Amino acid sequence: MSKGNLTRRGVLKTGAVAGAGLVLPTYLRAQESGFTNAPTGSTVTLGFNVPQSGPYADEGADQLRAYELAVEHLNGEGDGGMMNTFSSKALQGNGILGKKVEYVTGDTQTKSDAARASAKSMIEKDGAIMITGGSSSGVAVAVQALCQEAGVIFMAGLTHSNDTTGKDKRANGFRHFFNSYMSGAALAPVLAANYGTDRKAYHLTADYNWGYTTEEAVRTSTEAMGWETVGTVLTPLTQTDFSSYITPVLQSDADVLVLNHYGGNMVNSLTNAVQFGLRDRVVNGKNFEIVVPLYSRLMAKGAGANVKGIFGSTNWHWSLQDDGSKAFVQSFGTKYGFPPSQAAHTVYCQMMLYADAVERAGSFAPCAVAEALEGFEFDGLGNGPTLYRAEDHQCFKDVLVVRGKENPTSEFDLLEVVEVTPVDQVTYAPDHPQFAGGALGTCNNGA
Amino acid sequence: MDAIILQILNGLDKGSAYALIALGLTLIFGTLGVVNFAHGALFMIGAFCAVTLSKLLTLSHTVIDETRTDFLGNPLKVEVPYVYDVFGQTTGDAIIDWAVPLSIFFAIPVMILIGVIMERGLIKHFYKRPHADQILVTFGLAIVLQEIIKYYYGANPIPTPAPEAFVGSFDFGALIGFEAGQIIYPYWRLVYFAFAAIIIGAVFAFLQFTTFGMVVRAGMADRETVGLLGINIDKRFTIMFGLAAAVAGLAGVMYTPINSPNYHMGMDFLVLSFVVVVVGGMGSLPGAVLAGFLLGILESFASMREVIDIIPGINQVVIYLVAIIILLTRPRGLMGRKGVMED
Amino acid sequence: MFGLDKKDASLLLIVAVLVAFAPFLLNPFPEGSAMAQFNAGYPDLMQRFVIFGIFAIGFNILFGLTGYLSFGHAAFLGVGSYAAVWMFKLLSMNVLPAIILAVITAGIFALIIGYVSLRRSGIYFSILTLAFAQMSFALAYSVLTPITGGETGLQLALDDPRIFGSSTTAEGNIPVPGFFGLEMRDSTELVLGNWVFTFNVGYYFAAIIMLAAFYLSIRIFRSPFGMMLRAIKSNQQRLNYTGLNPRPYTLAAFVISGMYAGLAGGLMASMDPLAGAERMFWTASGEVVLMTILGGVGTLIGPVLGAGLIKYMENIISKINADILHTWFAFLPDGLEDLVVTMIYPFIGKGWHLTLGIVFMLVVIFLPGGLVQGGQKLAGLFGRKKASQPKNATTEPAE
Repeated sequence: MSKGNLTRRGVLKTGAVAGAGLVLPTYLRAQESGFTNAPTGSTVTLGFNVPQSGPYADEGADQLRAYELAVEHLNGEGDGGMMNTFSSKALQGNGILGKKVEYVTGDTQTKSDAARASAKSMIEKDGAIMITGGSSSGVAVAVQALCQEAGVIFMAGLTHSNDTTGKDKRANGFRHFFNSYMSGAALAPVLAANYGTDRKAYHLTADYNWGYTTEEAVRTSTEAMGWETVGTVLTPLTQTDFSSYITPVLQSDADVLVLNHYGGNMVNSLTNAVQFGLRDRVVNGKNFEIVVPLYSRLMAKGAGANVKGIFGSTNWHWSLQDDGSKAFVQSFGTKYGFPPSQAAHTVYCQMMLYADAVERAGSFAPCAVAEALEGFEFDGLGNGPTLYRAEDHQCFKDVLVVRGKENPTSEFDLLEVVEVTPVDQVTYAPDHPQFAGGALGTCNNGA
Repeated sequence: MDAIILQILNGLDKGSAYALIALGLTLIFGTLGVVNFAHGALFMIGAFCAVTLSKLLTLSHTVIDETRTDFLGNPLKVEVPYVYDVFGQTTGDAIIDWAVPLSIFFAIPVMILIGVIMERGLIKHFYKRPHADQILVTFGLAIVLQEIIKYYYGANPIPTPAPEAFVGSFDFGALIGFEAGQIIYPYWRLVYFAFAAIIIGAVFAFLQFTTFGMVVRAGMADRETVGLLGINIDKRFTIMFGLAAAVAGLAGVMYTPINSPNYHMGMDFLVLSFVVVVVGGMGSLPGAVLAGFLLGILESFASMREVIDIIPGINQVVIYLVAIIILLTRPRGLMGRKGVMED
Repeated sequence: MFGLDKKDASLLLIVAVLVAFAPFLLNPFPEGSAMAQFNAGYPDLMQRFVIFGIFAIGFNILFGLTGYLSFGHAAFLGVGSYAAVWMFKLLSMNVLPAIILAVITAGIFALIIGYVSLRRSGIYFSILTLAFAQMSFALAYSVLTPITGGETGLQLALDDPRIFGSSTTAEGNIPVPGFFGLEMRDSTELVLGNWVFTFNVGYYFAAIIMLAAFYLSIRIFRSPFGMMLRAIKSNQQRLNYTGLNPRPYTLAAFVISGMYAGLAGGLMASMDPLAGAERMFWTASGEVVLMTILGGVGTLIGPVLGAGLIKYMENIISKINADILHTWFAFLPDGLEDLVVTMIYPFIGKGWHLTLGIVFMLVVIFLPGGLVQGGQKLAGLFGRKKASQPKNATTEPAE
């Protein structure tokens, strides 16, 4: 209302006169078809909600690249990427259900409020039928709840907290990315094999939900291997200099430091830890070690040489040699000139999975799509055989344990895959205590 | 005991950054009466001077190595820095290794120039405007500056390590009678502290012992009278602005090995440095420095597990809590003068 | 009318008309046209316009009248939203108790923080309020997670008690906020040719409250109380000498503006039942300061305009991507098209912050009085006839 000015009014007047004959209130387009934003024309609009400003902007940019690539492939342009290796062959390369895929983008700013605002704008204004993306769990959980309420499907991007498919799960939301529990379960055996079972761990944990779930997961899994947790300290999200959290580690008898940090926090805490000579320490006759439960190549790049030899877990890495990964890296690398990040990979997969589910369901209706995704087993998307579990809408697949590479050959070659932890080892019961509380509810088709 | 000494060292180190930024803010505020929300951005630009120089030094041409392949299976393109061609590989590596200290010489002229341009081009017109306008325009400028940096350097932090010679830790404890290895502290952080001390000392000496400094101090106390004496205070104030920018910039340059710089690091420091300035007392240079170190040390103590266990979350709020207590007990901060920014 | 003089009454009337017809005014471009990107007439953004309008109006009562610059006002908005969401969780999905509790809670917070902070003035006051707000943010994000939801924000769940309502709907979903059966998200669409106009219940609900809030603010500006606040701004010392204690007045203004913020927070939660801690971060407090200055400090309508402009840029400019640019300029020859797109690209989409920064600078450099002054200048240019245009008629600087 604050922007009504003369010209627009003029336009409006003419419009009103021209359309006077058609003054017939029609209700939400959705109500005719039974679900929100049912595509009517020859196109279907998807909403890509990624961080474009703020600290995760680079991850968001990489996600957008993957989305654009996926849209190309779905519309039958480009080399088809992982569409060729995907085990389900429902996709024809003629869009989704014959409708050309179009998209709108929004900026989550990595804030739950802003993310919901931009998701709402894509749903209400642009008629997006599915929302996808995001680079933090706070945003994923917030947008997932919004999509449930609005009656559209949400295909989560990078979100690692247990809560996304745990206490905050929603029937309309789906997560391809792995989670804190899986990180812990995959890391613990590798850590035990490399560092022994008699270790004293000290945790520095980001003081918010994701940090809590990750610390709990890693602590439980490592303690089950015989490690002892000698200290846990919560660090503020806004912390930049971690020196005052690192020096107490020097004073303790801990011989492993676990950094439950992500993004800028992780880059800084790892840099500081290495600065204080933790890597050169010998405690209890053992070499001091640092562990970073959730790795990302972009973060590793920010931390530079400090990541060398440090273990962590990741959802996917471009150096994988299966057909799906190779096809994706080939296709992404040819278009953009560098290999994709795990954030790019996970959103590309989510696009393929969504499009495929729509094809198989034969409908865009969220409930039909959800039904097609629930319990869906597939392969060829880079992570080996994968199950979209019906009970909590979490993907179950192999988890990569990686280590910072000692001699990188390029600025992308920062991590090496140490072990591919088989899916059985990271599978848990849907009512596992770390995921307790919350309920999926029933799927919502919207208005 | 050793834990406490270590936390004091941490505090001094954090305090160095706070104090350097707060010092520049206070210089600008004291001399020009301008609340400069773009000061954090100057700190950030300083840090990116170091990034830029190391990028310039590693500017490369590509050589195709047929024996190796890249991730797509094409022949690997190997980047060879031009510095290698000029100085040979060993000297070249040494130069690249010393990029951060070398940036000091690069950053000083750049920052002074930016400062002078900012003052002449923008801030000058805001001397007589309300503080709210100054805040809005400098905040706008801060956003513009950081978005420009983001456009060219991306949002991800960029690692800029210290020279090899400064990697590792110094056995500080041995120096003051502790057992070896009990109190060790990274070289570069000690360098940062020493550097901050030198800069702060230099600024004070400059203001105290030079004619120029005397005029500026007089101008801070009573601008009108100095003007009436026929002294061209404006020109001196422009130079002061350049100086303040250089101080912030150098603080940024030297900070890069401690934490990888990113485009929003200025904003991260902005609020804290304002709190520091106000706690120190508006317009008081010693106050700013004192408050910087004080808050740095308190923040370090608050992050000790023993303290958090007693008061959960204290590490999240300690600076603000202390700021509130100081402002309520000392109306004008630690060393503020009466009547400055009180209305 | 309503105890207002003629000028104020017509201002209120104009605002009311603009608000009522906003779904038309904000959707000037037909669906599917290239310019439709600039349409802002969808429920979420319209709701945001009025809600942030309320927030800024309230802020202006404090800052515009007394000159006290609070840098922590977002805390009250955050507290209001938390209170409202808790009401939805515990009581029922009716927005009325939620909003009332939001206002009361924010008022109590404002009373406490104001009582302490107003012991100081000038920048010392600003930093005190900033410190309180930052503490609220930090604690809400971390230690208080059980109460505030922390990182993910406070959300509704299927197993919430909701003692006066149902925990779940018949379909097994979480019920949505409503006003005695009127659901906030319900919309009616009107299709006129190529134009689609959306009339949203939540928007009109918030708009009516905004008009009431606006009316109240006019009354405050014109009352003896408002006069007293202005006196505090122009010369507090002189006021002291006359034997008057200004503190109760500033505290009252602080609490009132805190309650406005709480009202905005409660409404935000009613439109979208989630409360995130980021709402209290210092940048959010900074935003309302910027809205007010951008629009025109101390003017009645300025803050609303400023709020509208910032929210518009945040939601519209940020959504334009390179792809859309290419469709716009597709008519140009290839090389030229790319050139134009490359030139514009840094300022839109992910570069919307850059545009925002530039707008801040331009406005404050060339229009020291904010947008309202811009309106006045325009009015001056076009003579008397246009002086009755909305923006101009609203100009009413505090001093």
